[in-house]
Amino acid sequence: MFRKLALTALTAVALSGASANAAGEGGHVENIRFSFDGPFGSFDQNQLQRGFQVYTEVCAACHGLRYVPIRSLSDEDGPGIPEDQVRAYIEQNFIEVWDDDLRDYRTAIPNDNFPENTSAGAPDLSMMAKARAGFHGPYALGINQFLFGMGGPEYITSLLTHYNGHDEEQAGATLYGNDTFPGGYISMAPPLYDGQVEYQDGSPNDVDHMAEDVAAFLMWAAEPELMARKRLGFTAVLLLGVLSVLLYLTNKRIWAPVKRAAKED
Amino acid sequence: MSGIPHDHYEPKTGIEKWLHSRLPVVGLLYDTLMIPTPKNLNWMWIWGIVLAFCLVLQIVTGIILVMHYTPHVDLAFASIEHIMRNVNGGWAIRYIHMNGASLFFIAVYLHIFRGLYYGSYKAPREVTWIIGMLIYLMMMGTAFLGYVLPWGQMSFWGATVITGLFGAIPFVGEAIQTWLLGGPAVDNATLNRFLSLHYLLPFVIAGLVVVHIWAFHTTGNNNPTGVEVRRNTRKEADADTLPFWPYFVIKDFFALAVVLTAFFAVVGFMPNYLGHPDNYIEANALATPAHIVPEWYFLPFYAILRAFTADVMIVQIVSWLTGGIVDAKFFGVIAMFGAIAVMALAPWLDTSSVRSGRYRPMFKWWFWLLGVDFMVLMWCGSQPAEPPYSVISLIGSAYWFGYFLVVLPLLGIFEKPLPQPETIEDDFKEHYGKSGSADATTPAE
Amino acid sequence: MRETLSVSQSEDHPSTRRDFIYYATGGVGAVAAGAAVWPLVNQMNPSADTRAASSLRVDVADVAEGTQMTVLFLGKPVFIRRRTADEIEAARAVALSELPDDVARNDNISDDASASDENRTLSNFEGENTGEWLVMQGVCTHLGCVPLGDGAGDFGGWFCPCHGSHYDTAGRIRRGPAPENLPVPTASFVEESVILLG
Repeated sequence: MFRKLALTALTAVALSGASANAAGEGGHVENIRFSFDGPFGSFDQNQLQRGFQVYTEVCAACHGLRYVPIRSLSDEDGPGIPEDQVRAYIEQNFIEVWDDDLRDYRTAIPNDNFPENTSAGAPDLSMMAKARAGFHGPYALGINQFLFGMGGPEYITSLLTHYNGHDEEQAGATLYGNDTFPGGYISMAPPLYDGQVEYQDGSPNDVDHMAEDVAAFLMWAAEPELMARKRLGFTAVLLLGVLSVLLYLTNKRIWAPVKRAAKED
Repeated sequence: MSGIPHDHYEPKTGIEKWLHSRLPVVGLLYDTLMIPTPKNLNWMWIWGIVLAFCLVLQIVTGIILVMHYTPHVDLAFASIEHIMRNVNGGWAIRYIHMNGASLFFIAVYLHIFRGLYYGSYKAPREVTWIIGMLIYLMMMGTAFLGYVLPWGQMSFWGATVITGLFGAIPFVGEAIQTWLLGGPAVDNATLNRFLSLHYLLPFVIAGLVVVHIWAFHTTGNNNPTGVEVRRNTRKEADADTLPFWPYFVIKDFFALAVVLTAFFAVVGFMPNYLGHPDNYIEANALATPAHIVPEWYFLPFYAILRAFTADVMIVQIVSWLTGGIVDAKFFGVIAMFGAIAVMALAPWLDTSSVRSGRYRPMFKWWFWLLGVDFMVLMWCGSQPAEPPYSVISLIGSAYWFGYFLVVLPLLGIFEKPLPQPETIEDDFKEHYGKSGSADATTPAE
Repeated sequence: MRETLSVSQSEDHPSTRRDFIYYATGGVGAVAAGAAVWPLVNQMNPSADTRAASSLRVDVADVAEGTQMTVLFLGKPVFIRRRTADEIEAARAVALSELPDDVARNDNISDDASASDENRTLSNFEGENTGEWLVMQGVCTHLGCVPLGDGAGDFGGWFCPCHGSHYDTAGRIRRGPAPENLPVPTASFVEESVILLG
């Protein structure tokens, strides 16, 4: 009976736990099969590089990535951009950071973080893919999150592709109709149009694809440890699984004489 | 320590005798490890080890995180990202600490509900139970303080709301709230003291855990039958018990390994599942998140807190009786702490002469209903405070109090218990002996 | 099943199998414990940003002859001086016997190399040691003050204001309480005008 309780409680606890997030304000977010989904998923390096290109050419105008070290662009588990190309990137894009010692702006070095960008009052994108959830419920039971993940990248993709053209003028500022954004109106103008970014590898560059690419890049920016984490999970589950089996057998052995005695009496 | 007769440590060599006559620490460890333990403990008796492991895990990972964390409102959030991105394996340690809190609470709830079902709180184990409740309160405090440290939006607003509860106390509330925060609002002073206390409390918990174990080693473990171990003769005691090592250590380790397999699956594959996305946004005193929701383990009591609004009749009555001193807000706070207090009083509220729920046909139903009630309250706590959730919360809260204040006292009078086995040995034999076949309710292995 | 077998069978076969399971459990348990301990130790090693800071690329294109730049590297100042012909000549004219410290103190060459001027300076990108580039840590070997440069002191090099140590145009100690020449850190030209420190 108690085993049942344990199971029910564990599941229910797990389920109701993830329920927390605001339910039902934003529009419906579709699941996307990203390469990094699932226990064995990994980042698609080409996609990360494309997404980085979109970030650089489009997003970076207003958004920063202040918690992401520039050098991590070279990570094997990330975009994997060679170090000299990272330096070239800094120079070509005139990336400058504030230096507390110099009390002035200076050209960034790879060990700096990406600069923050507050020029347009746009939120920082470093953790955007973790700070938003695309999936909820149903009934706050956390089942969708369990099946599809938290849905941060899906939310970003959906947001970028669900402008509906119903714009509104409010207090002198234009708000753009968006089916995904909670409340339906967002102050960010539609940032992407078909063919905007010319990919070097010739991948499709319509809005849908660019949105997915940049969402994948932002997922990496938010969780650069994702692949190492899944490897850790796999190793730990395997090791502890073997240990569990061995401990089960040891336990059985140790108790065998006691149980035999109970039977023979 | 235990009143159950068993082998005690006998120093043999000269050096052992020398140490033992000066500091009997080896003897203490030996007696603790070889403590006679009821043979028939089932799989619900493993959560103690899981909890001990969780405490060590949280202390070790916590000490490490403090090495890299910066308790300052301008730097705290960034230092967490430093841990996640730069510190060697920092992301793993932080995710383990984060999810370790959840494992801790899953285990403690199962541990508590096991105690409630098998009557582990009843005489002579009231002190063990009370200390356990103190540990649970300390855990809640520690978890709350710790959640503030990353300085995300939920950290900040959670701290604002929870410290606001103290503001509800009549007359002295505001002074207490200001004193807790170190200022008019949650700010740098708050963050620093929260880190200090978050670091301190686990060691207080560790001390209480030692007393908790001391207490139940003095009375002996409860067991699924609720029948006491015979302790008149050594022979009888041996027939009812087995030494903790190796029988229960290995059993508990097996269970721990299984639990940790699941735990690392969560850490590895879905570390943010139990968290809240808003906490990856840095704290902002100018923008409150749309829904402030505590971590899952606070939800049942959060639901009780919110259930008692000004339009509830009992709140109005109490408010009128106290001349308005106890308003709805304060009533909610009293209800929340009261929900834990009534649980702590269970040893004196339960009038039944039978300890284990296994032999209490009516009690079982009420008990399982309490389990369901707990889950429903948890679910309500995650929902906005509006109908139908507010009504469900109120019903759920009423049952929570009803169970402890009405059902437990009355059941002892009206219930006709089932026959209990004479001894633990009989129960064990019935289960493993020739005639007995493993029935699903009492797996001793 | 195994239990019933073991009763009827001879004693040693089941017991070896039992021992094997015990040893295997203990072994895997030890591996798991070890795997858990390593991250706890490794987290105290320098973090990725600290490791990345252990090398620094310095663009010296703007350093004109007779001037120097100071960069902060690993928490300490590093002087990069482009010496004039006069400075080079002055430094090379000094006999080793005149030096209080006749060891090069140069991380790029062997520990016992002599403190000749050539052993102190950095080869350019083409690999020629023209004596033009002098790179050294700007920390007085006496008590760690930062010496003044640009021809300060009695030997036309650096002068430490704290306790009056005089360094020559090759950063070698000539007079005063400092025991050693200013240390030359690991450095090399990786581009025409870029020095990599560390």
